[in-house]
Amino acid sequence: MVRPAAGRGGGAVSTTTTSRTGARLDALRAQGRPALVGYLPVGYPDVARSVEAVTTMVDAGVDVVEIGVPYTDPVMDGPVIQAAAEAALAAGARVRDVLRVVEAVADRSGGSVPTLVMSYYNPVLRYGVGAFARDLAAAGGAGMITPDLIPDEAGEWVAAADEHDLDKVFLVAPSSTPERLQLTARASRGFVYASSTMGVTGARAAVGRRAEQLVADTRAAGAEHVCVGIGVSTGDHAAEVGRYADGVIVGSALVRTLLGDDPWAARLDALGRVTAELADGVARARTSTTGGPS
Amino acid sequence: MPDQPVRDALTETLAHQVAGRLADVQGPYFGPFGGRYVPEALIAALDELETEFRKAQGDPAFAAELTRLHRDYTGRPSPLTEVPRFAAHAGGEPGDVRVFLKREDLNHTGSHKINNVLGQALLVQRMGKTRVIAETGAGQHGVATATAAALLGLECVVYMGEEDTRRQALNVARMELLGATVVPVAVGTRTLKDAINEALRDWVTNVEDTHYLLGTVTGPHPFPEMVREFHRIIGEEAREQVLDRVGRLPDVVAACVGGGSNALGLFNAFLDDEGVELYGFEAGGEGVDSGRHAARFSGGAPGVLHGARSYLLQDDDGQTRPSHSVSAGLDYPSVGPAHSWLHDLGRATYEPVTDTEAMDAFRLLCRTEGIIPAIESAHALAGALRVGRRLVAEGRTDQVVLVNLSGRGDKDVATAARWFGLLPDAEEER
Repeated sequence: MVRPAAGRGGGAVSTTTTSRTGARLDALRAQGRPALVGYLPVGYPDVARSVEAVTTMVDAGVDVVEIGVPYTDPVMDGPVIQAAAEAALAAGARVRDVLRVVEAVADRSGGSVPTLVMSYYNPVLRYGVGAFARDLAAAGGAGMITPDLIPDEAGEWVAAADEHDLDKVFLVAPSSTPERLQLTARASRGFVYASSTMGVTGARAAVGRRAEQLVADTRAAGAEHVCVGIGVSTGDHAAEVGRYADGVIVGSALVRTLLGDDPWAARLDALGRVTAELADGVARARTSTTGGPS
Repeated sequence: MPDQPVRDALTETLAHQVAGRLADVQGPYFGPFGGRYVPEALIAALDELETEFRKAQGDPAFAAELTRLHRDYTGRPSPLTEVPRFAAHAGGEPGDVRVFLKREDLNHTGSHKINNVLGQALLVQRMGKTRVIAETGAGQHGVATATAAALLGLECVVYMGEEDTRRQALNVARMELLGATVVPVAVGTRTLKDAINEALRDWVTNVEDTHYLLGTVTGPHPFPEMVREFHRIIGEEAREQVLDRVGRLPDVVAACVGGGSNALGLFNAFLDDEGVELYGFEAGGEGVDSGRHAARFSGGAPGVLHGARSYLLQDDDGQTRPSHSVSAGLDYPSVGPAHSWLHDLGRATYEPVTDTEAMDAFRLLCRTEGIIPAIESAHALAGALRVGRRLVAEGRTDQVVLVNLSGRGDKDVATAARWFGLLPDAEEER
């Protein structure tokens, strides 16, 4: 699809251009596998090394990158991601640093790996919602995931994202009603982020049983792509979730490899190993079935 | 009784009139402020809460039960006390400035907090939930919540910044005596803000059986409106009491503003009385210029925190800036959205009061009237004196100033004793 000529500057907003993230998920679906979506925060342990970490993750097999803006009050995050965010802020990480990392991923992957920013709303609001969308698009970013911004409050962001052809990834939860699943599916672009369980980010022994049903319900509500996050930490989890989801989102399990006092090179090695294990998980997710999800 | 179409027309007319009253504005928005900036996982619970709250508002049995608890358990109505020896410090001739205190400090559990807690606890029963969680700074809201949980047989967990558990050790003990579990929060700034983050995380995880009994007029809709409704009794009683005592409305109404629940509860009854000046006093800490304060209107800007759009202490990257106050209860970087709206409308005036000014007023009330106020309330007392002096300087006489004494100072005795050098470890703490 192409953007209508009147799409920009004429007051009308276009949502008909192809989502880069959606296109990537479609391409992987055609290969018979889900995407591995990997999360790391910007600025941990400092901005330069966070670029190294993200590129390590890309080289080790992540299909879509999610870069977190560190925030003082991350209410959807568990202790691992919060610890990294606190350290990143203490080391001086700034919102504009996220753009550097986005550019680095775009350079590294030749634009083939869509990069989404995950940010709580206030840093974006303070930066200026329109300015952030403009700068994110200019840096080669694909869009944004907004853990504390529901479609009901997102008018300003939706308008800015549409103007710059950015993906808008909103969340659904096991507690979402059918009406809210529809609202969120309609408002989202790229994919809908399904929280596997009620709770905050962090590795768990098992992925929520309600995740599969939530993915089915979200598809029934109109979502073209649904990725599952929260609680996924092993290759086996990834294989299990990847059976029914378009993408498997992993955060804490990756971030954890970077925490601690080991030499930086050893931490990067660990990150690469865990990423590869997860990539192996998504690669075998559908081998025992006859095809991808309907 | 009029027939149905006439009743409908009357209802519609009344609805229009009510819609025009500042005192009755409904959420989710107060002008450009308020809203619901929370994870999707909480929306179902917030919708359920709003539905149950609206049903309760229309249910005479709910109102009757709350009224019974206010009377038999809390001890309402709380008295109105004139404090002439204190008021003399506003200057002028005797009687130029008369100060009246609305005595929320005399409520069961020692503050205004119990009004809101009992209302929400009854809603918890109606919703069939069995566990409540709460955040607390100074401990007043935590004590009130633990009390209501004990009264109604609910499991209770209270999140409190580690720094605040140290400042308010007595209230930690009190909550535990009441059967609550107090969880010290050792991340972030280790104060109220971080306690709210932890409570939100708990709620996201356990929302099916748990109600977050939020303690002030902030947070996602319906909390700002609902908590105001449970506190509006403060202003309604005070308005009637002042009218009864002096035969007219007060000239000035003053309260301290942390999250802003006691202030909004008092202000609400006077919002549509144009002649009444409303003053909210924030924690100026070591002075707004020092950067160590909690003065959101002097040193903050609109933003989003804990589910609401409102004034907020933040840096130019949108990160929440640490706040500071000698009072744990005012040490919060944001403020209820209705206050931001009243500020921008110009309907209420918000000014900072420093730690030193507040502690001076604290001591003054102790020594002139035999009342030990909460340090939060001492900010309102200091501000009221400041406004009183201004009125005298303008040559105004026969002025009536109403101050909300939102809590009593039992919990603050150790802090005050250290401040005034009455404890051996005073030097360590200062």
